Amino acid sequence: MINDRPITYLDSAASSVPPRAVIEAMSRHYERRHANVHRGVYQTANESTHDYESAREAIARFINAPAGANEIVFTKNTTESINLLAKSWGAANLKAGDVVLVSEMEHHANIVPWFQLREALGIEVRFIPVGDDFRLDLTTIDELLEGVKLVSVTSMSNVLGTVNPIKDLAQIAHRHGALIAVDAAQSVGHSPTDVTELDVDFFAFSAHKMLGPTGLGIFWTRQEILADMPPFLGGGGMITDVSSTGYVPAKGPTRFEAGTPPIAEAAGLGAAVLYLEGLGMDNVHEHEHHLTEDALSRLETEFDGRIRVIGPRDTIARGGVISLDVEGVHAHDVAQVLDQFGVCVRPGHHCAKPLMKRFNLIATARASYGPYSLIQDTDVLLEALTDAVKLFG
Amino acid sequence: MSNLEDLYREVILDHYRSPRNRGELATPPAIRVEGFNPLCGDEIVVYLMVEDGVLTNIKLTGHGCSISQSSSSLMSAAVKGKTLTQVRDTIIKFKQLMTVHETSLESSPNPEVVDVRTLGELAALQGVVKFPVRIKCATLAWNTLSQALDEVSG
Repeated sequence: MINDRPITYLDSAASSVPPRAVIEAMSRHYERRHANVHRGVYQTANESTHDYESAREAIARFINAPAGANEIVFTKNTTESINLLAKSWGAANLKAGDVVLVSEMEHHANIVPWFQLREALGIEVRFIPVGDDFRLDLTTIDELLEGVKLVSVTSMSNVLGTVNPIKDLAQIAHRHGALIAVDAAQSVGHSPTDVTELDVDFFAFSAHKMLGPTGLGIFWTRQEILADMPPFLGGGGMITDVSSTGYVPAKGPTRFEAGTPPIAEAAGLGAAVLYLEGLGMDNVHEHEHHLTEDALSRLETEFDGRIRVIGPRDTIARGGVISLDVEGVHAHDVAQVLDQFGVCVRPGHHCAKPLMKRFNLIATARASYGPYSLIQDTDVLLEALTDAVKLFG
Repeated sequence: MSNLEDLYREVILDHYRSPRNRGELATPPAIRVEGFNPLCGDEIVVYLMVEDGVLTNIKLTGHGCSISQSSSSLMSAAVKGKTLTQVRDTIIKFKQLMTVHETSLESSPNPEVVDVRTLGELAALQGVVKFPVRIKCATLAWNTLSQALDEVSG
């Protein structure tokens, strides 16, 4: 309860709410099977390793990784996955003058690591513009791809809800001899994912945005690319051999998993994958699509144009993230009034300042749906928004 | 339970809708100081004209939420025409108003509880302390003014 009202959780784009199955999987791990992973010979150590490695297999299946679990690296979050890409693959494969092409709708997590690489190596960071229709403007994509070694774009904007044509972009990037990385944090928990079918090269996302726990991110790349990537963090678990004169890194994903990994979180993620597979990602997508269409149409008709949606009106290739600009009311004030109704939305720049600047915005109030969201959540949202408009009107 | 009316008093909404002392002053002779709240993107620019130890004029530009905007407007009305000593005194009182909740929670024997009656319209902002995440919105303008005064005396 918030302010004597039941919670209306509309902040799934920031973090999703784990179902009981996920919490129980983590509890079960700590209560009955907890031990450090790998190399233990006693029973719980084996079970712990099993929990951890089964999650890797579950994720490989969930995104259809062509060579399975050997291509799945566990990190801390999406941000760390992109940093792994930049600091391992990027540092080894890019040189001064090479171009990394991102887009104007990226989260800071897919901008700052490339700026850091620019400082370190002298690469160029180029931006695909966003059109007035809130979608990538691909009219000059062939020119933009001149000299590009890597395209790194989001599959779905965390501000606009725009779903980008990743398969097309992968084709164009490959035609120009570039690889393509995808920040998939916003899409994996909301629609079916198939990295083989998309024909992409790198994929980064987080467990906690797909009904799993915080503290666990996923990095996927094709086996042959992973095999040549230098280690990122050094320490235990990532080696084949260490002597007083040097070390030999492990092969496969563990090379990037130095130190004790988030084991209980992996157990939680495994349960989240099973839960989502049970729901069926097509059904999840259909459900959220219905909620989004309903909300957009009511926002359009019920507020006399006083509330503007910063994102596509068309719900084809659009997810359940709805950024609102309420005329004359700052996003923080909107969120404050909504809180009185128990409605959880997120105000601010959503770590996408270049995009906010593109649309001359300081902040938006963002409502976002998850698989558990209901049409009643939208009812309460609209009731609260009516109050906000009245208070500041 | 924190009540929304405690936060959005009529005085606050009035200053938000019709902010006082909006605009710029020529620099020099005026001084100009910027303040930012990087978390929410709020920005404020304070222009001060100080003559013979008196803050003879103040203008503000910038953008932000109703709390940061009304607080800056209320501040400008409260300090304009005052001596720098009086201005500093008002800043201290306002800062105390913004921390009174915290100190009472810690039940520290702080004798410096502000008499809100001496604060005039500024007292309308006392409800902000019930919404801890909004305190930084209310204090942005005051911190910026404080910084500007340091430049005057520095």
